Amino acid sequence: MAKITLSKLRHSYLSNPKSDSDYALKEIDLDWNDGGAYALLGPSGCGKSTLLNIISGLLVPSEGQILFDGKDVTKLPPDQRNIAQVFQFPVIYDTMTVYDNLAFPLRNRGRDEATVERRVMAIAEMLEVTEMLGQKAAGLSPDNKQKISMGRGLVREDVNVVMFDEPLTVIDPHLKWKLRSKLKELHQRVKATMIYVTHDQTEALTFADQVVVMQLGEVVQIGTPVELFERPAHTFVGHFIGSPGMNIIPCSYDGSARIEGQPVALEGPVRGTPTGQTEIGIRPEFVSLSDSGLPATVTKVSDVGRHTVVECDCLGHKVNAVIEEGAAPQKGDSTHLAFRQDQTRLYVDGWLATDPE
Amino acid sequence: MKTENQKAWFFVLPVLLLVAFNALIPMMTVVNYSVQETFGDNVFFWQGLDWFEQILRSDRFHAALGRQFLFTFLILIIEVPLGIAIALSMPRKGFWVPVCLVLMALPMLIPWNVVGAMWNIFTLPDIGLLGYFLNHTLGINYDMTQDPIAAWVTIITMDVWHWTSLVVLLSYAGLVSIPDAYYQAAKIDGASNWSVFRYIQLPKMKTVLTIAILLRFMDSFNIYTEPFVLTGGGPGNSTTLLSIDLVKIALGQFDLGPAAAMSLIYFAITLLVSWLFYTLMTKDDQN
Repeated sequence: MAKITLSKLRHSYLSNPKSDSDYALKEIDLDWNDGGAYALLGPSGCGKSTLLNIISGLLVPSEGQILFDGKDVTKLPPDQRNIAQVFQFPVIYDTMTVYDNLAFPLRNRGRDEATVERRVMAIAEMLEVTEMLGQKAAGLSPDNKQKISMGRGLVREDVNVVMFDEPLTVIDPHLKWKLRSKLKELHQRVKATMIYVTHDQTEALTFADQVVVMQLGEVVQIGTPVELFERPAHTFVGHFIGSPGMNIIPCSYDGSARIEGQPVALEGPVRGTPTGQTEIGIRPEFVSLSDSGLPATVTKVSDVGRHTVVECDCLGHKVNAVIEEGAAPQKGDSTHLAFRQDQTRLYVDGWLATDPE
Repeated sequence: MKTENQKAWFFVLPVLLLVAFNALIPMMTVVNYSVQETFGDNVFFWQGLDWFEQILRSDRFHAALGRQFLFTFLILIIEVPLGIAIALSMPRKGFWVPVCLVLMALPMLIPWNVVGAMWNIFTLPDIGLLGYFLNHTLGINYDMTQDPIAAWVTIITMDVWHWTSLVVLLSYAGLVSIPDAYYQAAKIDGASNWSVFRYIQLPKMKTVLTIAILLRFMDSFNIYTEPFVLTGGGPGNSTTLLSIDLVKIALGQFDLGPAAAMSLIYFAITLLVSWLFYTLMTKDDQN
């Protein structure tokens, strides 16, 4: 186990990158603490798999360093980094039994059979696959195959980090939930550093203590699930996390924020003097329909079970509000929107620019 | 409500007709010949299973069958590992992929009798490039028209040259279908190159290899044109494989009855071995 440090990491798949856009990963400085459960969240193509492959050693970065406990491993191949990785599609060795599959990484490293058996039995018990150990791995269902892949990742006691690259993609929805909680439980038991790559916010938020959100090859925010929800550092995070995502409404700023001339109270002071594109960000959960506030027209009402999502046209901008209980408005109703002040934030060129009072 | 009618049979009819004309009817003619004796003029005498018995007891048939099995065994034992080895060393992506594929496919595009003629000329001791080189430059006494060993070496080499590509292309198709994640996982698991081959590449190639071996078995077991053009079955009878012997009996001696019986036995052996091989290879997949 180790602390993993990424220092000034950049990567381009082109041999001769020129501009910033040639880089799949723009400069990244990041620390992964020993024993943490991390999620790497971002849309497809944001560079999260590239980052993962760089940590595992399948890819050598164009620039920068990777340190495991301060030791430079940038040029080391995967088998010398002592890491484990679980892939999107279950990788199992068809011709071997489940037992031999789990034993494979240990036997390749020359562990004696007694150790192998002890570890395989322990992991099999954790994953609840003990009764399958004698079976040929080829005949298993996809979720069991993926469990075996995970098992191969966890079977070595001393791995520095276990990485999961969208491991639940091919799993049936009703089993996803089971495997997800299994993973969480495993993390608590084995206490290895785990990095979980996904584009699914539910998976990221349930698994991780710390979520790293990426966009276009850049880390936009690192934080706990609560932090990401409450104080998105970037409008992208606000939009990407939450369902529906944060309302981002263009506004003007001249000492106070105004949407189409109507003043809106912000959570607190604005850092510096904003230059560039200014927007107000507020989560639908903190918008309420009231008698005073910004005038709006209801354009769509969707009942999503526990609450109702009301879509409004507010001074020409689309604004969502989440109504917990009580009378839902009708489509076409005229109303007013009130923003909870301590949740109303100002973004300048996409980045958060207000501090709480 | 489920409607039932017999219309579907019309869709099967063309295939049935095709199979009848290209397989069943010719085959039944052979069966017909195999149990009768004829002296021409469409006069036939019933012989029962006499021809079968005669063929199965004849030393000549045993010898030809032995040579046939030896030939097939030798080319399989060379072509399959060689084909896999070449496929493994071919690039998986980039500019050289199409180049390699076309180069590999070239020998298979050449008509069989041309291959025979090419190798015949190529190995002639006086004027053939290889034959002259071996005899006059290296001083090795090599003449496939005189020496059975030389004749065997030549037909085996020719078949390897002509057909290893088939194994290569099929194995290659199997190899490129393996997702990268398998190799990456193997790297992380610390697998050696041999383990990667043994536990990833070979299992993933199994299906295509089964087909490759089956095709090579059937083709080599029924081979006729190339050895016929190259050696004509000689020197002596040393390269008289089953099909060459069969043609000698049928067209050379005009013994239609024994030739027909021999064809059927020949066919039965090919079918039996292919079936056995296929069944054994696919046994694991069924349970």
